[in-house]
Amino acid sequence: MSNASLGLRLEKRLKPSRAIAFVVPLASLLLALVLGGAILAMSGANPLVTYAAMLEGAFGTPAQWAQGRYYNLSETLVKATPLALCGLGIGIALRMLFWNVGAEGQLAMGGLAASAVALLWGPGLPAPAVLPLMAAAGFLGGAVWGLIPALLKACLKVNEIITTLMMNYIAVFLVEYLFYGPWRDPGGYGFPGTAEFVPAAWLPRLGNTRIHLGLVAVPVAALVIWLVLARTRWGYEIKVIGENPRAASYAGINLALNIAMVMVLSGGLAGLAGMSEVAGISHRLQKGLTVGHGLTAIIVAWLARMDPWKTIVVAFLVAALLVGGDQIQITMHLPAATALVLQGAILFCMVGGDLFIKYRLRWRGAARRGSAPAREAR
Amino acid sequence: MTERPAVVQMRGITKRFPGVLANDAVDLDIRAGEVHALLGENGAGKSTLMNVLAGLYRQDEGEIVVRGRRVEFHSPRDAIAAGIGMVHQHFKLVPVQTVVENVIIGMDRPRFVLNLPRLEREIAALAGQYHLPVDPRAYVWQLSVGEQQRVEILKMLHRGAEVLILDEPTPVLTPQETESLFDTIRRLIGQGKAIVFITHKLTEVTAAASRITVLRDGRVAGVTTPQETSPQALATMMVGRGVSFHIEKEPVRPGEPVLVVEDLKSLNDRGLPALRGVSFDIRHGEILGVAGVAGNGQRELAEVLTGLRKATGGRVRIAGHDVTNRSSRDIIEHRVSHVPEDRLGEGLVPNLSVSDNLILKGYRTGALARGPFLVPSAILDLARQLISTFDIDTPGPQTPVRLLSGGNQQKVLLARELHVAPNLLVAVHPTRGVDVGATEFVRKRLLQRRAEGTGILLISEDLDEVLALSDRVAVVCEGRIMGIVPAENADVTTIGLMMAGARGARA
Repeated sequence: MSNASLGLRLEKRLKPSRAIAFVVPLASLLLALVLGGAILAMSGANPLVTYAAMLEGAFGTPAQWAQGRYYNLSETLVKATPLALCGLGIGIALRMLFWNVGAEGQLAMGGLAASAVALLWGPGLPAPAVLPLMAAAGFLGGAVWGLIPALLKACLKVNEIITTLMMNYIAVFLVEYLFYGPWRDPGGYGFPGTAEFVPAAWLPRLGNTRIHLGLVAVPVAALVIWLVLARTRWGYEIKVIGENPRAASYAGINLALNIAMVMVLSGGLAGLAGMSEVAGISHRLQKGLTVGHGLTAIIVAWLARMDPWKTIVVAFLVAALLVGGDQIQITMHLPAATALVLQGAILFCMVGGDLFIKYRLRWRGAARRGSAPAREAR
Repeated sequence: MTERPAVVQMRGITKRFPGVLANDAVDLDIRAGEVHALLGENGAGKSTLMNVLAGLYRQDEGEIVVRGRRVEFHSPRDAIAAGIGMVHQHFKLVPVQTVVENVIIGMDRPRFVLNLPRLEREIAALAGQYHLPVDPRAYVWQLSVGEQQRVEILKMLHRGAEVLILDEPTPVLTPQETESLFDTIRRLIGQGKAIVFITHKLTEVTAAASRITVLRDGRVAGVTTPQETSPQALATMMVGRGVSFHIEKEPVRPGEPVLVVEDLKSLNDRGLPALRGVSFDIRHGEILGVAGVAGNGQRELAEVLTGLRKATGGRVRIAGHDVTNRSSRDIIEHRVSHVPEDRLGEGLVPNLSVSDNLILKGYRTGALARGPFLVPSAILDLARQLISTFDIDTPGPQTPVRLLSGGNQQKVLLARELHVAPNLLVAVHPTRGVDVGATEFVRKRLLQRRAEGTGILLISEDLDEVLALSDRVAVVCEGRIMGIVPAENADVTTIGLMMAGARGARA
């Protein structure tokens, strides 16, 4: 075989144990910190000081909390919001083995649709109607963008990984075209963005932080997804399709319809994330709406094993990593790329470590004779 | 008759896979200049044995002797170095490369400089010698399946194969291509090469083989020649006449026809005709058995009847309703149950719990659903009830089905399909791979449903089972029904002949 010279091979664990599922992520994190530490040391920074600065950047310090200053923690929550919403959407699609890597584009289209409502009708509508309409438009914008690859897959068997990925570019450039071109704020001194929305289109914020009402959508969405999966016929169909599509056909489950419906929900949640970004943070459609949250959310959904509640926790931790990384550029005067390298090392080790929850590494020949790996048994 | 010396001797080959004994102390001699047919049902261990010989698997016990020398194969490369090459059922070609590139792929030489025109000439010459017409410069994706097979054969000959293993070469071929393949085989043995021909088609064996080894359940069931044997003797050898078991079968007076099939036609996965005009009916309270060597349209018949495969002609009526080419959901709603051949791949969802698997057909209806919501308490009640009435040995309703034994998995499937009092049950190999106790249980349940008026189509490889359970037996061969005979006092010899393609009476 090809890896004979290496002398190593992977063997599937019969049953991943609870202990392994706990130890492996911890070990992965530790390995990432060691790797990252080596890189930091090479660039002349003290790894321990840097990690402490990252922690502080993501969560703040007890001293700050005592003074009622929660800026860092609030910024982490602000970033966790779109990550969690996109991660929830990606997770439910992945439950039925639909790889939605297009949350970025769906988020952009959601932001675009919500902005259209705010800019075109916002001033004329009664104030209480503006935000609900924007949310509906945001959901719809993302849903339509998710539905296109779903229909291509359901009707023509077009690979969804390619289509959802390509649709990202269309959406991102469409949004850029709008705020550089027709929707550009005439009074914006050439700044790339639309005019500011009317205040009725702003999501209420918590105190003087940037935390906005969009954060509440996260547990609501998780609850809805949990309910769908655990309690409804639809959720049951999603689970059956994801675990065994042939059994689903055998049971008379309509695969095409389910792909379409799941992608409406999946894209809709990403669209809602886009709406909450424009209505909660920037109050206009501008550069900076699509900074890769929709792509990072794929890792969030994967690490959370598509579980809605774990998705929230993982989104929060990944957001902390992003915010902490931003902060060390400022506090430690490290180049921006250092933060990206650290983030990359940590996520790479976490995702890579996942393999060892399901498989174990064995020296060749260590296995007893006759216990051939299952894949040979066909 | 002079006996040629054996080129290859396999002695006492045993190969185990987790939970399966694929080959059990198999002996096989392959002689120069012979076509050695390896005959057996699906799962009899033919391909495993040949994969051992071709260096893909390593035997757990036994030895391989090539031209008097004991050999150890660690890879197909070792096997081809010893002159043994295999053409697999699923070709191992690179579609975007040319014929020449495919032939030389993975070879040590040429080491660096690729003299394509010279290689093209070599391969064309080889192709001419053995009558394997194919354009060396064509890309593989442009070739027909028959031509791709020729490329595989050329690949092995170019590497100096003296023993050529062909794993079920004919199902993918048209009759003309089959004839051409047999012509090539005759030329090859004329040159003193040996051919091993894996098949489960009896007609081919008598047409092409010089010697026959029959495998059954991983063991050699017999070695013979076409002169010494007959198709029906081979059929019995393959299917096996184990200890005859006795089943108390209550007489049931069949009712109205529940299934009427008229001139049904369908294609297999490769787009070739699998059903070529099949007509029969099944009455309420009647079991119609289907006997035949595997791969003669049984699987396709079950799939068309349950809405999983399109019919290309003919009609299917269930309880008076035309359901031809209706969706599987429509057919389920006509109360048609289905025990599919591939339990874990199709009939069950291995990672989901026993209770989730028990509601796979009924989750939309009755007490299990209220509007869009499932009713967990009702589901649990149903699961507990079925676990006890069908005697399913599971730690609990929430245990994933993959952790149960084969017999208990089958009981889960059967519990789900039978508790709804179906009009029609399509049961494919309902007892394959389950232990004796579960087999007994499954058979009793089928007879119980029959007594309650369900019409049953029983497809099984086990002729004893078909004869013992059925009221009538339809014998199929190459997508046609050769005859339908009453199971009582059925003559096994006649059925064997019909399985081999002879026409019989219709009853």
